[in-house]
Amino acid sequence: MSAADNIATILSSGARLTVPLAFAACGEYVAQRAGTLNISVEAMMLGAAFGSIAVASATGSATIGLVAGALVGVAVAFVHGILSHRVQINTFVVGLVLNALVLGLTSYLITVSTFTGHQVWQVDIPVLRDIPIVGPMLFVQRWPVYLLLAVIPLTWWLVERSRWGLELRAVGENPQAADVSGIEVNKRRRQALLWCGLLAGLGGAYLAVGEVGSFNQNMTAGRGYLVIAAVIFGAWRLGRTLIGCVVFGLADAMRLALPALGVTMNSQLLIAAPYLLALLAMLVFATTHREPRALAQPFQRGTT
Amino acid sequence: MATLGIDGTGQRLLRRLNPGPGGWQVGLATVATIGVALGLSALLIAVTGGSPTASTKALYQGSMASPAAWSTSLLYVAPLLLVAVGACVSARSGFFNIGQEGQVLIGALAGAWVGLRLAVPGPLLLVLVLLASVVGAGIWAGLSALMYRFRGVNVVVSTMLMTFLAQQLISFAVNTPWLLQESRLGRGTLSPQSNPVPENARLTSLGEYPNLQLNGGLVLAVVVAVVLALVMARTRWGFRLKMVGLNPATARHAGVRVGALGGIALAISGALAGLAGALLLTSPVGTNRLQPGMSLNIGWDGLLVALVARNNPLLAIPVAVLFGVLRAGGSFLAATGVPSFLVDVVKALLVLAFVAPPVVIGMLRRRRLADQPSTPTSTPTAPPAATAAPTPTAPPAAAASTDPADTSAPVAGSAQAEPAGSTAPVPGPRSTAPPPADPGDAGNKDAMEGRLA
Repeated sequence: MSAADNIATILSSGARLTVPLAFAACGEYVAQRAGTLNISVEAMMLGAAFGSIAVASATGSATIGLVAGALVGVAVAFVHGILSHRVQINTFVVGLVLNALVLGLTSYLITVSTFTGHQVWQVDIPVLRDIPIVGPMLFVQRWPVYLLLAVIPLTWWLVERSRWGLELRAVGENPQAADVSGIEVNKRRRQALLWCGLLAGLGGAYLAVGEVGSFNQNMTAGRGYLVIAAVIFGAWRLGRTLIGCVVFGLADAMRLALPALGVTMNSQLLIAAPYLLALLAMLVFATTHREPRALAQPFQRGTT
Repeated sequence: MATLGIDGTGQRLLRRLNPGPGGWQVGLATVATIGVALGLSALLIAVTGGSPTASTKALYQGSMASPAAWSTSLLYVAPLLLVAVGACVSARSGFFNIGQEGQVLIGALAGAWVGLRLAVPGPLLLVLVLLASVVGAGIWAGLSALMYRFRGVNVVVSTMLMTFLAQQLISFAVNTPWLLQESRLGRGTLSPQSNPVPENARLTSLGEYPNLQLNGGLVLAVVVAVVLALVMARTRWGFRLKMVGLNPATARHAGVRVGALGGIALAISGALAGLAGALLLTSPVGTNRLQPGMSLNIGWDGLLVALVARNNPLLAIPVAVLFGVLRAGGSFLAATGVPSFLVDVVKALLVLAFVAPPVVIGMLRRRRLADQPSTPTSTPTAPPAATAAPTPTAPPAAAASTDPADTSAPVAGSAQAEPAGSTAPVPGPRSTAPPPADPGDAGNKDAMEGRLA
């Protein structure tokens, strides 16, 4: 293996590890811009990963499994939205409980049932894949990876250019003002959560039917929290959030690849790096007030 | 009220027994939701081919059937209770700490370091281990408070992120020979764990009651819970804490140093989680070694205990017993063919069953009040004149004030901070008007009930 091959391997495995993060990060980004710091993204991803394998196993089609996984994500988001933005239970409480519930439920169900593995088909472009270093990373991937190329601009357009996104950002920055101007604050937040659930579900489902082809207990292993860290690291801008995902994905790929290459490096530091970076980013950006002003503040009319 | 001073205790007792408007509804609804939660769990077992009755029996046998089973359950209760009490303190102050899982590990790390490195004779070593865990985890949680104080970093986010740092820190410590990794004589690979802490740094059981073993940790945890309950309900500091939690802006206007108080609350909650970590290290619940997985999710579960107990340290005692019993029983489930993960499902459903009813009923009551013809929904809700200027911040989410024991505090100056039951008008005749489109937004004056957790 030449050095170029090694780099190509790390890059392409980094890309694969980035994709689920990037899907979910697009969703979490929208939710946080609406002011709801959604920590049940872990539950959305894990539930979707399980749902996609279960449905793929039942129907024999990985693609239907992918869609079902996204729907599981939406379902978790729906429950979260109702509980925290209609009934107004503290959103962190809801998130923690949903994370615990989905982890317990999927662990239970995977122990009592057996599923056959399924994987979505792989795109393999003949000539382009031979480009040195970046070829395998860009042109040999499972097809949902290319869906991401549509999701990112769509998310950007929704938040930054659409009427809905404008209202969404207003809700995240100043819910009282948004309310007075006729926007239903909690409804917008629930909608943002649904979008988050859809994308986090896609990310989780990609992990199961795209990357691994099966489900194992606690499969997401904290990726949801990593996504939250990415949005914070990205200072609530979509581009930087995605850069964060790439950095985290590469760190993960290096942790997996370096021992095989004979390089000893502190794996704990590599695992901890994303969280450390997110904390540092928060410390640095604190004075610039990048975060949505009403982030993590519940809204109830008449309680300024 | 002034003339009733002679019978203050009786008054307090009466007030405590009176559930307040909507109280009975909350109680009944909670019973119903618990039924639903247990029913769903039974359904889950049945659908997946297990037997609900056999599972229940196994749960009972593993946790309560014999003194030995009780001993196991109670071993889990102590750390759960400590974490929960800490969570109560921080949630009351509105500085919501969700990093207990990491703080438990840091406490265990500090305790293990002291226990293995200091050669101190006798039970003094145990005291030092416990102290080290308290100090270590207190500082760890205090870092979040500092980040909030000086850079405005969201406490929930920083405590959550630091959990993952703590996990890697432990992993590093037990994988590094010069830190805490075990030293083995002879050949063989070293496991990622520390040496066991010495005998004189272990918590032993207090006396033998035929087979039932009461570990010293349990006594410690209960004492801590009672003391903190008293402090929060009866002291000026406890009152300020609640005030900060219900409305930090009002508290600031009243002269409370919000940041300092919240920081202390956060450090206390971290310190108690750390003490729980020390219990896991020193009591016979595990292997007495520092291991990456030794926290056993006690941090997350303790947080759930506090949620179910509505941030009341005394209520946390029975809830912690319930969770300890479920935990101990879970290990017996596998024999019946039902995975022990079932216990996690039951726990999460139970938490929802306890948390949802008061919030839902509070919402319905507000909606009814908003519908009353005598109360125009469009009335802007100005805060009471004497309290404070209109404040830009909404109250932090986690301030639960369903504890009626606290109503005795003299809350004259801050009508907004008064708990449910004393300010809420009695619901009037039902209106037949259709509910507003979004009940969560219904405008009203007692939206400050703070029943959020």
